[in-house]
Amino acid sequence: MKITLDWLREHLHGDYGVADVVATLNRIGHEVEGVENPAEKLAGFRVAKVLTAEKHPQADKLQVLTVDTGDDGAPLTVVCGAPNARAGLIGVLGLPGAVVPANGMELKVAAVRGVESNGMMCSTRELELGDDHDGIIELPADAPIGTPFADYSGAGDPVIDISITPNRQDCMGVRGIARDLAAAGLGTLKPLDIPTIAGEGAPTTEIRTDDPEGCPAFYGRTISGVTNGTAPEWMRRRLEAVGQRSISALVDISNYVMFDLGRPSHIYDRATLTGALVARRAKNGETAVALNGKEYSLTDTMTVLADDSGVHDIAGIMGGEHSGCSETTTDVLLEIAYFTPERIALTGQALALTSDARSRFERGVDPAFLDDATAIVTGHVLAICGGTPSTVTRAGAPPAEVKAIDYDPSLSATLGGIKIAPDRQKDILAALGFGVIEQGGRWQVSVPSWRRDMDGAPDVVEEVTRITGFDAIASAPLPRTDGVAKPTATAEQLTERRLRRAAAAAGFDEAVTWSFISETEAAPFGGGTWSLANPISEDLKVMRPSLLPGLLAAAQRNQNRGATSIRLFEIGRRYLADAEHPTLAMLMTGDKSARGWKAGKAAAFDAFDAKAAALTLLEAAGAPAERLQVMEAVTTGSIWHPGQSATLRLGPKAVLAEFGALHPLLTRGFDVDGPVMAVQIFLDAIPAKRASGPARAAFTPPALQSVRRDFAFLAPTNLTAADLVRAIRGADKTGITGARLFDRFAGQGVPEGQVSLAVEVELQPLEKSFTDTELKAIADKVVAAAAKVGAVLRG
Amino acid sequence: MSDIEAIQAQLVSEIEAAADAGAVEALRVSALGKAGSITALLKTLGGMSPEERQAQGPRIHTLRETVTAALGARKAALDAAELDVKLAAETIDMSLPADTAPRGSVHPVSQVMDELAEIFADMGFAVATGPEIEDDWRNFTALNIPETHPARAMHDTFYFPDKDAEGRAMLLRTHTSPVQIRTMMSEEPPIRIIAPGRVYRSDSDATHTPMFHQVEGLVIDRNIHMGHLKWTLETFLKAYFERDDIVLRLRPSYFPFTEPSAEVDVGYKQEKGRRIVGGNGDDEGHAWMELLGSGMVNRRVIANCGLDPDEWQGFAFGVGVDRLAMLKYGMDDLRAFFDGDLRWLSHYGFGALSVPTLSGGISA
Repeated sequence: MKITLDWLREHLHGDYGVADVVATLNRIGHEVEGVENPAEKLAGFRVAKVLTAEKHPQADKLQVLTVDTGDDGAPLTVVCGAPNARAGLIGVLGLPGAVVPANGMELKVAAVRGVESNGMMCSTRELELGDDHDGIIELPADAPIGTPFADYSGAGDPVIDISITPNRQDCMGVRGIARDLAAAGLGTLKPLDIPTIAGEGAPTTEIRTDDPEGCPAFYGRTISGVTNGTAPEWMRRRLEAVGQRSISALVDISNYVMFDLGRPSHIYDRATLTGALVARRAKNGETAVALNGKEYSLTDTMTVLADDSGVHDIAGIMGGEHSGCSETTTDVLLEIAYFTPERIALTGQALALTSDARSRFERGVDPAFLDDATAIVTGHVLAICGGTPSTVTRAGAPPAEVKAIDYDPSLSATLGGIKIAPDRQKDILAALGFGVIEQGGRWQVSVPSWRRDMDGAPDVVEEVTRITGFDAIASAPLPRTDGVAKPTATAEQLTERRLRRAAAAAGFDEAVTWSFISETEAAPFGGGTWSLANPISEDLKVMRPSLLPGLLAAAQRNQNRGATSIRLFEIGRRYLADAEHPTLAMLMTGDKSARGWKAGKAAAFDAFDAKAAALTLLEAAGAPAERLQVMEAVTTGSIWHPGQSATLRLGPKAVLAEFGALHPLLTRGFDVDGPVMAVQIFLDAIPAKRASGPARAAFTPPALQSVRRDFAFLAPTNLTAADLVRAIRGADKTGITGARLFDRFAGQGVPEGQVSLAVEVELQPLEKSFTDTELKAIADKVVAAAAKVGAVLRG
Repeated sequence: MSDIEAIQAQLVSEIEAAADAGAVEALRVSALGKAGSITALLKTLGGMSPEERQAQGPRIHTLRETVTAALGARKAALDAAELDVKLAAETIDMSLPADTAPRGSVHPVSQVMDELAEIFADMGFAVATGPEIEDDWRNFTALNIPETHPARAMHDTFYFPDKDAEGRAMLLRTHTSPVQIRTMMSEEPPIRIIAPGRVYRSDSDATHTPMFHQVEGLVIDRNIHMGHLKWTLETFLKAYFERDDIVLRLRPSYFPFTEPSAEVDVGYKQEKGRRIVGGNGDDEGHAWMELLGSGMVNRRVIANCGLDPDEWQGFAFGVGVDRLAMLKYGMDDLRAFFDGDLRWLSHYGFGALSVPTLSGGISA
């Protein structure tokens, strides 16, 4: 909402300047977004009179003028090319140092074709005051020579742009702002001038409301014999200053009252109306062509103003294209209605149609300001356009309920944090239009009709504290619990923190990528369950079912920037049909280690780097690493290399992680070069650690040293290392405390279809050292157990 | 018996002159071996009378020990010389590059969230979370933003076509405030929480991204007022920016879920193209910037969550986490936060061990 200082003075008497207004507005809750002072742009331009005009000796189209600038000194010589420049003309002279608003050029004393020019006579376009560039500005003969042009033209009125919060419809007019400023001590509110207009005869167009729910009140009158010319200059200047283009006197009057008093109205050309004008519900499928030239399809939830020929006006939002006033308009119908705010909001949302009227009606205009508004608009019409008014028809009645709020004045301190004397609170409330009735310490605060936002005692607290100023709020420490601060993090939060730091410690950089991805990117991961109805673009449309697409896209961007070794991770959510699942994803591609003088060639990542990362992190997260089983990958889509990927599980159902090489078709789809290894850890699948207190179990190292024995087997290639090691570990549950595969070999010396697997077995004697016989017995058990899974001891 | 001393002198001098381990060994065999000269002398002891043995025994034993020691010393000296030669041959250029471990990093948003958790834990605030796909009741209605409320238009909301089991429209939360609702509905007051997380608005330009991070604060207790809000924000910002000269300016504003509501500006100074938080915004060379939204929780919101607004009151505030990170650590482009550029991450990211702590400092 923009206002001008001059316009504000219309309502607010007092000795104040722009800076005072800005500071006060900010202090009381109306944030000033900017101040534009057009006088600054017009500095250096003044009213000046051409004394003589002679042809330029060197150029046919130029004249050499002598110009009286109002100073005592001699007239200035100015070279001018305008055809209308002539002796006796009073125009606008830009002096050296002035900057031409239209092109930013600074004027200088300079020779033009050998004649020194001391300034420039300006056109309206050069001063950004209009489009005329056919000649220089011609001012009336009585224009005072030497006056700064900003002062003379009134274009120097500062414009203040205020952000009005949605609860304050009453401040969507200059008067409401003036009232708040007056309450805050900046000047006094002038009484509002309301003309008394009786009117002659009934309106010549019948009006009524057939939709009392959407339009409880519709006041109207006709005015005949008007002339719709241009609005007076003061009105046009104010409207243009706040960004409203001047259209015609009648349209400008309606707009002016809206910006002046926050009160929208509508003026119909009666010649376009057929029969009665009725506020009613639209019929489903009915259409209306609004003032913006667009056709809107309506439903029966929307209120319209219609006559026998059809819908003219989308009630409270926008007038109709065909019933507006034009220069030929002579008879008009004035509409001052009260529309139910919620319905205006819903209609506006449904039609995606915004307007200055809608933004006021949907916030709720003053329901007690229909009669006065009718008189004020009529007064302007009569003064500017002439004509004869009818009496006023009042169809329906606006809501008349007066709200009263039970209020305890001590709340300013106990809720608002500012102790304000009750009398001071009363003064503030009175200045804002509230009434106070005291009843034994508690107050009944009656709410003015224009303050629809007032809902309860805290609103009253806000009124008295904001006018007092929030600077008066003194900091008060929150009560602190005894002792040192207690830990607050949940188990899930701790897991996430540990994983994040462990991943960074393992050399991965944490990325944060979009939660939404394209459908194409989501497809290989089973597609996105959650697809936005109004995405910002197709690239950001579905909620990610995996974090890997985001990391793949990031990897691709990094490769484009020349990165040769990429380790990225992200901790975030996957959005599935049932819930949002906290997940950690890691991606590695390019060089695992760069080429070097020791190792020679650069090493590439392989699937076991992914496995190592997965295990490291699961251990950091507190998962029981020793119980994890490597099992086949879950085949959702085909994101993994079919032969180089797996899951880590605790039992068949509990999948804690997936890892391995990504399918080359997937990475190709993301334009990522080379093999890509990845890990997904499903944080919500990691079992919670049992709380057992800080103490550890007692430390009881075995008394005797362990013994190691190596076994080499020939096994079919489809026997997994894990199955063999598990079988061996189970061969003697007391004697064998560990088994680790340390060699795998296929090729020369190993029969086709078989593989040599070597396992180091750790044996732990308990009471006394193993005898040879005991060792032999255990070895036999190992061999037998291995044989059961198809592995034969190598001879 | 000067022959024993003569043998000793002879042997020791031969041992000291031995050129290599082989020569030392040959001398050992010739002196101490089965047929060695000293071995032979030792054997003569058996045939001597007790008196003679008493006289000769010590001399022969001394001979054996002296020679043994000389052999040992010579062997050690030769070994040492051999090792020196070997080590000298192993010399390499120690300026050659060593293997480097990859250096990972923690994203600034995560780091700042850890900082917030640490600071607020000291003030008794726990960290609460909630879903990002929310229903319109928790994101709007319960927060006193009914369907027709113009404030809904202030939020550029991403919607899903889906409805939940209760027929509520599903959307991406536009702020972290629904976590307030979830917390008040599931926990008994007194409540002190912060709720950091991702939020979404359909807005995208140089300073806005459709996804960003917010942190919400909520205190519900008895006798809480705006003074507590101001103190909490001051205390938090002083700890976060690690400056004692943080000055706040509260301005009345409007949020449907708070009443009274305040926007909070913080004083800053422009230095070398950067905004340095601190100082009074009204002072020379300083200005105010809008940082937080806040207010006393609206009675209707408290009642919507099933609590008695006559018994419980409190405050809430919200601030952008990315914004906090930018102000403290000096990034100037929000969009870079979500790009995953390794160069940016290693420049602005944090080491794994840089865990913010109260004792070690929040800006670890």
